[in-house]
Amino acid sequence: MAEIKAPAERPLSPHLQIYRPMLTMMMSIVHRITGIGNYFGTLLLAWWLIAASAGPNAYAKFEWFAGSIIGRVILFGYTWSVIHHMLGGIRHLIWDTGRGFGPSEREWLAAANLVGSIAITVVLWIVGLLAMGGPR
Amino acid sequence: MSDNVKHIRTPLARVRGRGAARSGTRDFWRQRLTAVANIPLTIAAIIIIIMLLGRNQAAVAQILGAPLVAIIMLLFVASVTVHMRIGMQVIIEDYVHDESTKLTLIMANTFFAIAVALASAFGILKLSFGV
Repeated sequence: MAEIKAPAERPLSPHLQIYRPMLTMMMSIVHRITGIGNYFGTLLLAWWLIAASAGPNAYAKFEWFAGSIIGRVILFGYTWSVIHHMLGGIRHLIWDTGRGFGPSEREWLAAANLVGSIAITVVLWIVGLLAMGGPR
Repeated sequence: MSDNVKHIRTPLARVRGRGAARSGTRDFWRQRLTAVANIPLTIAAIIIIIMLLGRNQAAVAQILGAPLVAIIMLLFVASVTVHMRIGMQVIIEDYVHDESTKLTLIMANTFFAIAVALASAFGILKLSFGV
């Protein structure tokens, strides 16, 4: 077989490490990371649904996991990941209409995405924990 | 564009405006379609989950199996798994450049999404049909 010549050394386009970190850029990265988190988080959803349908013993195993410290941490992270990705998705849908690209708009949207996701996650967990302590 | 610019593309191709791929917007469109669907479905799923917190298996099974709740959860699972399959495929295509690894991961991604979708749907349907 003919030898394939190594490609000539060409200047590469600047990548992440070249730029000073900016909020909009970090939020873009976080959107992708939370997407990956949500992807694997669906395993928990599937486990929960299968456990609920399998019976009390299977459900008790899921409840034990969900109630453990590591389970709580994972579920809290999963909640934030879902909310953050959803708000980020709304931001993308706004962009799809051609709006929200101005310098102040995009900064405002990025900040609202981050603050909103943390606030909603905390509120959901407070509501959730109250619901667990409330009447059955 | 003025007429004196040299085009390789035929006038018909230009009018159709689909480029060389002809149908490259299918995943793009589905990603947005499922993104829009995911918003109300995720809110509904979160409300359902909060309603079920702290309840025992029998109560959870009864509520999850109720037709309206089961249908919402099925729609949620369907929309989410389609959305995540496309999203993960984009990530794989962005970062994995070795052709065989890329194709293997894209296949694995599809298998994962379908498996999660089917397992979740099975759980919901089993509850709903009370078997």
